[in-house]
Amino acid sequence: MFEAIAFYIFSILTIIMFYITISTKQPLYALTSLGAGMILISGFFFMLGADFLGVVQIIVYTGAIMALYAFGMMFFNTTKEIQEPRHDSGAVVTLSTVAAILVIMIFVGPIIGDKMVSLYPPLQGATNTQSIGMVLFTKYLVPFELAAIMLLVAMVAGIVLAGKKMDRSLTLMTEEEIAMEQEAKNKVLV
Amino acid sequence: MSIGLGHYLILSIILFAIGLVGVMRRKNLLLLFFSTEILLNSVNIGFVAISHFHHDLTGQMFALFIIAVAASEVAVGLGLLIVWYKRQNNINLDQMNSMKG
Repeated sequence: MFEAIAFYIFSILTIIMFYITISTKQPLYALTSLGAGMILISGFFFMLGADFLGVVQIIVYTGAIMALYAFGMMFFNTTKEIQEPRHDSGAVVTLSTVAAILVIMIFVGPIIGDKMVSLYPPLQGATNTQSIGMVLFTKYLVPFELAAIMLLVAMVAGIVLAGKKMDRSLTLMTEEEIAMEQEAKNKVLV
Repeated sequence: MSIGLGHYLILSIILFAIGLVGVMRRKNLLLLFFSTEILLNSVNIGFVAISHFHHDLTGQMFALFIIAVAASEVAVGLGLLIVWYKRQNNINLDQMNSMKG
């Protein structure tokens, strides 16, 4: 009974928050409601017994990703409202719903057939975090290391892209501009 | 009325549809990124629900890797967005037609 009440409250709140995210004209409202929706989704993870993922959701999504978006927003002009063409969205909603049902069916199809065998059941007498550690560092060690490398590459890319002098493109500049820039650089060196 | 796997999957469908509507309707690239976050989160709910109701930890593993992919996607995507904004002074999707496609 308690689970049902929590589930319905969390789902209604999450749907409202995400609807605000996709419908509002103020980017700051969208950012705030997206962060609230992420925290509410971690509530589902706790209800499903995935404690570790719930904590990771709060730390990574609302801690890191939302903070990154908030910093990124300082570069853009976020105070003015976004102008978007209001075209007929009935077809868009229908297409999206059909596509979403199809995607979920792709996941659920093999499961409904009852052919699914549990490969890594949770360990007896171990907490969720301990079981995840056991599976992650034995069977999923290589994907884990690859994810680590991917995060490192993404970090380097983020630093380089947001760094200085990335707003100029040598391919779009003329020969004279490049020559002038080289001269200026040589002058500074001398 | 106990909450079963179907409830969670229906919630996942609704959130995925909301994210897809956002992806199709938004013209501002920053808000388009928000919609992709909604998509990734809705799939995460589905994975964790299946993992719980079938007593298998693989779903939670995949949700973990999806979170890692989302984090790196945001880092690179936001960097590219900042570069684009410095050059063109807007992040409107309709004005990204420099390739004349």
